[in-house]
Amino acid sequence: MNRFDYVRPATVAEAVAAAAQPGSAYLAAGTNLLDLMKGGVMRPARLVDLARVPGLDVIEALPDGGVRIGARVRNSDLAYDPGFARRFPAVAEALLSGASAQLRNAATVGGNLLQRTRCAYFYDPASACNKREPGAGCDARDGENRLHAVLGWSEQCIATHPSDFCVPLVALGAVVEIEGKAGRREVPLEEFHCLPGSTPERESVLAPGELIVAVRLPGEAASFAGHARYVKLRERTSYAFAVVSAAAGLRLVDGAIAEARLALGGVAAKPWRVPEAEAVLRGVRPGAEAFRRAAEAALSEAQPSGDNAFKIELARRILVRALTLAAAGTPERLPALPASPHAPHPGVSLHG
Amino acid sequence: MSLSITLTVNAVPRTIALDDPRVTLLDLLRERLDLTGTKKGCDRGQCGACTVLVDGRRVNSCLALAASLDGAEVLTIEGLAEGEVPHPVQAAFIEHDAFQCGFCTPGQIMSAVGLIREAQAGDDPERVREAMSGNLCRCGAYKGITEAVLEAQRRMVANAEEKAA
Amino acid sequence: MAELASSAAHVRHGSSIGQPLTRRDGLLKVTGQARYAADNHPPGMLHAALAVSSVARGRVTGLDLEAARAHPGVVAVMTPENRPALAQDPDEKAGPFVFRMELLQDDTVRYVGQPVAVVIAETLEAATEGAALLAPRYATEPVSTGLEDGEAFVPPAVGVGAPAEVRHGDVEAGLVAAARRVEAVYETPAQYHNAMEPHAVVAAWEGDRLFIDTPSQGLAMAVGRVAGLFGIPPENIEIRSPFLGGGFGSKGAISGPQVLGILAAKLVGRPVKLVLKRDQMYGPVGHRAPTRQTLRLGVDGEGALTALHHHVRTTSSRYDDFFEPSGSVSHTLYASPAIATTSDAVRLDTGTPIFMRAPGEASGSIALEGAIDEMAAACGMDPLEFRLRNYAEVEPTSGKPFSSKALRECYAQGAESFGWSGRPLAPRQMRDEDGLLVGWGVGTATFPALMMHGQARAVLRRDGSGLIETGAHDMGQGAWTAFAQIAADSLALPINQVEFRAGHSGLPDAGIAGGSAHTATAGMAIHGAGADAIARLAELAMADQRSPLFGAGNAGVVAREGRLVRRDDESRGESYAEILARAGLDEIEGRGTGAADQAAQQHYAMHAHGAVFAEVKVDPELGQIRATRLVGAFAAGRIINPRLVRSQYYGGMIWGVSFALHEAAVVDRRTGRVMNANLGEYHVPVNADVPSLEAILVDEVDPHVNALGIKGVGEIGITGSAGAVANAVWHATGVRVRRFPIAIEALLGQP
Ligand SMILES: Cc1cc2nc3c(=O)[nH]c(=O)nc-3n(C[C@H](O)[C@H](O)[C@H](O)COP(=O)(O)OP(=O)(O)OC[C@H]3O[C@@H](n4cnc5c(N)ncnc54)[C@H](O)[C@@H]3O)c2cc1C
Ligand code: SF4
Ligand code: FES
Ligand code: FES
Repeated sequence: MNRFDYVRPATVAEAVAAAAQPGSAYLAAGTNLLDLMKGGVMRPARLVDLARVPGLDVIEALPDGGVRIGARVRNSDLAYDPGFARRFPAVAEALLSGASAQLRNAATVGGNLLQRTRCAYFYDPASACNKREPGAGCDARDGENRLHAVLGWSEQCIATHPSDFCVPLVALGAVVEIEGKAGRREVPLEEFHCLPGSTPERESVLAPGELIVAVRLPGEAASFAGHARYVKLRERTSYAFAVVSAAAGLRLVDGAIAEARLALGGVAAKPWRVPEAEAVLRGVRPGAEAFRRAAEAALSEAQPSGDNAFKIELARRILVRALTLAAAGTPERLPALPASPHAPHPGVSLHG
Repeated sequence: MSLSITLTVNAVPRTIALDDPRVTLLDLLRERLDLTGTKKGCDRGQCGACTVLVDGRRVNSCLALAASLDGAEVLTIEGLAEGEVPHPVQAAFIEHDAFQCGFCTPGQIMSAVGLIREAQAGDDPERVREAMSGNLCRCGAYKGITEAVLEAQRRMVANAEEKAA
Repeated sequence: MAELASSAAHVRHGSSIGQPLTRRDGLLKVTGQARYAADNHPPGMLHAALAVSSVARGRVTGLDLEAARAHPGVVAVMTPENRPALAQDPDEKAGPFVFRMELLQDDTVRYVGQPVAVVIAETLEAATEGAALLAPRYATEPVSTGLEDGEAFVPPAVGVGAPAEVRHGDVEAGLVAAARRVEAVYETPAQYHNAMEPHAVVAAWEGDRLFIDTPSQGLAMAVGRVAGLFGIPPENIEIRSPFLGGGFGSKGAISGPQVLGILAAKLVGRPVKLVLKRDQMYGPVGHRAPTRQTLRLGVDGEGALTALHHHVRTTSSRYDDFFEPSGSVSHTLYASPAIATTSDAVRLDTGTPIFMRAPGEASGSIALEGAIDEMAAACGMDPLEFRLRNYAEVEPTSGKPFSSKALRECYAQGAESFGWSGRPLAPRQMRDEDGLLVGWGVGTATFPALMMHGQARAVLRRDGSGLIETGAHDMGQGAWTAFAQIAADSLALPINQVEFRAGHSGLPDAGIAGGSAHTATAGMAIHGAGADAIARLAELAMADQRSPLFGAGNAGVVAREGRLVRRDDESRGESYAEILARAGLDEIEGRGTGAADQAAQQHYAMHAHGAVFAEVKVDPELGQIRATRLVGAFAAGRIINPRLVRSQYYGGMIWGVSFALHEAAVVDRRTGRVMNANLGEYHVPVNADVPSLEAILVDEVDPHVNALGIKGVGEIGITGSAGAVANAVWHATGVRVRRFPIAIEALLGQP
């Protein structure tokens, strides 16, 4: 790890001012940043520690029934907040399927949004990586890329965004509140992360020095609470990133789908909302056939970026699964293995 | 650059002069405070061997910057027993042979103590397994670990009830 | 080690062996007081960090020494230029199991992760960053990275001096005559031991005396190697290794990085600590080589094997030899009139592979058990019935009888406990209440009952207590406890009356802790030492007219709980203390050796056996697998401590699950880099992966392996388990996956 200046601002304004210096990075819990610094992947000259910035660790109910989550709220505090988990169960389930209990106790909301890809070539300073070093090339392109992107990738970068949390968030229309030198602005989460194109180093719309202060879920997002699930496919039962994942929320009126919310994780450089698939489901009765059509629509643009064609069909199937589970209704209590295909689903007929 | 932080480590308040902001909580404990019970298995949040409680919550000390924890309370494996009396989790680990080489064990035990405090798993072994999955054990002592956590929790509840009565 | 203790509840005096004592080092381990190598911090100690190569083959052409030296806190950078001289070329091959190591002898790079410099600094942070700042430059050469690369050759030997080819009967004729044939190619990946404790060394020189804290599975061998390299007498070297944070074979021979720590200490004239980073454990400290195994089986109309050919393609490094002996399981497991095992290998630009828990048996067993299962299915037979049909009454390739073999009982008890009889023959027949596919598989476990060479010293003291010393190693298997139990019985003392010392190179050589042979070897040494001390004491007493044992001669005396008594009248006797006091002795000493009984080995094939039954669940659409239930029944001779032995079996079974479903190094074929050189993406099972394990200890009395009847238990658990899990995946899905670990995408074919 390189040496760095360490500053600990006491207000948002101080933090933004401190981070305005080039080479600065915000330190939240550090569970991603310190890891990257130890690997020599990131070498910030200055860490601006958010630990003492007041007001960032609050979960606030909003008058419209929505919620405002401070950027430094810990993943586990949010997932176990009874009010939050009841209204946004798929978000809680996604959070609890991520990382480990210890990491969730530390990791923050802002850090989770801005965690960087797990592409092994990005993590390996000896490999060529356009994201790490613009113009260097992409060693993943012709390398070990079984788990890389199938949507929205470019020749310059085929990495995925690894967050679980972001998947239901983007499905539910979350908004990111940002503070910068020029004041405060808001960006829908769906537009927050950037696709790689020819600038894979640019991962979000944040300008250098801008700070995430909160993430907001609108009140209507709670209307999916009765039918909202997250499903995450992993190569071991727990403590693993998603191969693919999906969040689904349904608002059912008289047995028909009034509105559907769908997003995929592990398939692209951003949490991937699929409005095409949501549209397919509008007004139809929930059922295997409709779900499959939605899944086809969701993946219609998908392309393998390497040895990962299987992820396309897998993504379809996991969408169908998430929809099937959502249609069956959110369980009273999250399963013992959150988001796992191996969690029992009493009373749900899953496998045609 | 030198900065001074205060930490309460195993109930002892300490003022620590840090000559280097890079020091993680894990390396602070191991290399500077001679508290080597906490282990380093990966240094990247991928194994759980470094688990300690910070302000009562289990975290990976390898991915926590010591400077950032100024003012925090840290509990490590060395501070768990009450004098000569092992903590119920420690006793249950011995009884259930919940370790072999013992290298992951301090992390497992601190994780278990954190888990019991979180009170989310109840007496469901499947929830305990999931909640202990952030602690790898290459020796494969998981069966004993799960049994030990459940038993320690039962014992702690019983002890608390006895005290209350 | 005064703190070593066992919970008294389980101690029955007079017979410690067989008791399920809790670990005597338990309290130390649960309180964080057990000192592992990296926990040491002698005064004045500096930290060292390795800079390692990121290319697999070539030369280092430059290092940014300026940048490293300029980093605050950096004390020295050790490179080939200034590395202290060695008395021996680290590439000199003094014996087949003296492995070449990279000790900065020149600028050559032979694999990714090879140390190319060492940075020594006041703090760990400075050393680590100093190493990163060296940013080596290289001249590279083309690399070989896969099983297909390069010319295959037949190695002179595989494993520990075993022949690369074994032929018994005429396999081709057996295949031609067969009513049914199966040919299948199985692939296993490179695996890394990944003990939770990274290799670490704290080295301190005092003149030409050397003090080392380092985890070692072979203290005497390590002393010999270090003495040779540094040209100092072995008695000048003290290695302390009271606890290993796991070894699994990777700490058998001292590794290059450990020696580099010693060199660094020499260079700076201060104690130095060097601990490998996790990613640095994917190179210089060994791995299990990948294999491609071709199995050809034939059976007659009744399902009896007519031929079995097991061909193994494996890899070694370009510069040294170790060949994974995967064919060995086929020599013993199933009866067949014709058996052949053959091996070839290619050389890759990797670190040298080495023993990894059940070397050969693990990789060979998953392939053999798969092929056997395929044949059972082809015959329409229950896989357990098929295995019984082909039960080996004598060792097939050697024709020797087994010294003992309770495998039938293992099959029976395991099947009973598992509920195997309810298994449908065809695959894809079972679902759980949630619709997940359920499959059941079986695998046979086997591991040779080996013995190394070891020694122990016993002392009976005037206060009536005893002492046993042997340089044994506790890697987690429970040496501190099991050996103390044997020690207590060998001296006929209650366990808390016996001091047991181990884990230190100054003690008698206990032999290497490997091959599942440590308990038998050091155990026999202890047993012999205790008996020797007792015999000497008895001589003393019987020759002394004042002793009630005087003249017991022909009848003889026996030791009972700290007393010697006449065999023909146990009421006549006296305590050890009395005998010593009268003789005016403070103590009396005995010596013992543990080694294989050559004559018995001539006559008998010696193996532990077991049967593992596995249940898996597979999501029919998504392919995610979970090993939901494992029952293993093992027969391994006398069990010293059932609590510890169960733990060994559980651990082995989890390694089996890992082999079948989880672990593999992902190697970039262009560069030879392990792209998942960490514990996040190199998956080993987590707690939630193994929800239900049962280990059954099947009684087995073996009068031939050694006087204590001990076989090994440390490695057998992987064998059988890996195959059982893989076979269960087939039974769940109908898809036979022959490449491990089984990947999700392999199961997506049929929804
Ligand atoms: C072993 C392991 C397994 C994991 N598994 C999963 C998993 O399965 N699923 C999953 O979703 N995640 C997983 N994670 C990732 C984990 O969720 C992230 O590391 C964590 O969310 C990051 O949060 P943090 O607070 O530690 O962020 P930090 O590491 O402190 O910061 C991450 C980045 O965000 C920036 N940042 C942080 N806060 C702000 C802010 N408010 N404004 C602007 N910039 C900010 C930092 O500068 C930095 O670049 C895993 C991590 C590890 C180590
Ligand atoms: S996929 Fe993206 S992150 Fe990975 S190596 Fe290529 S450019 Fe870098
Ligand atoms: S050392 Fe911290 S998680 Fe492994
Ligand atoms: S006891 Fe050895 S790693 Fe867990």
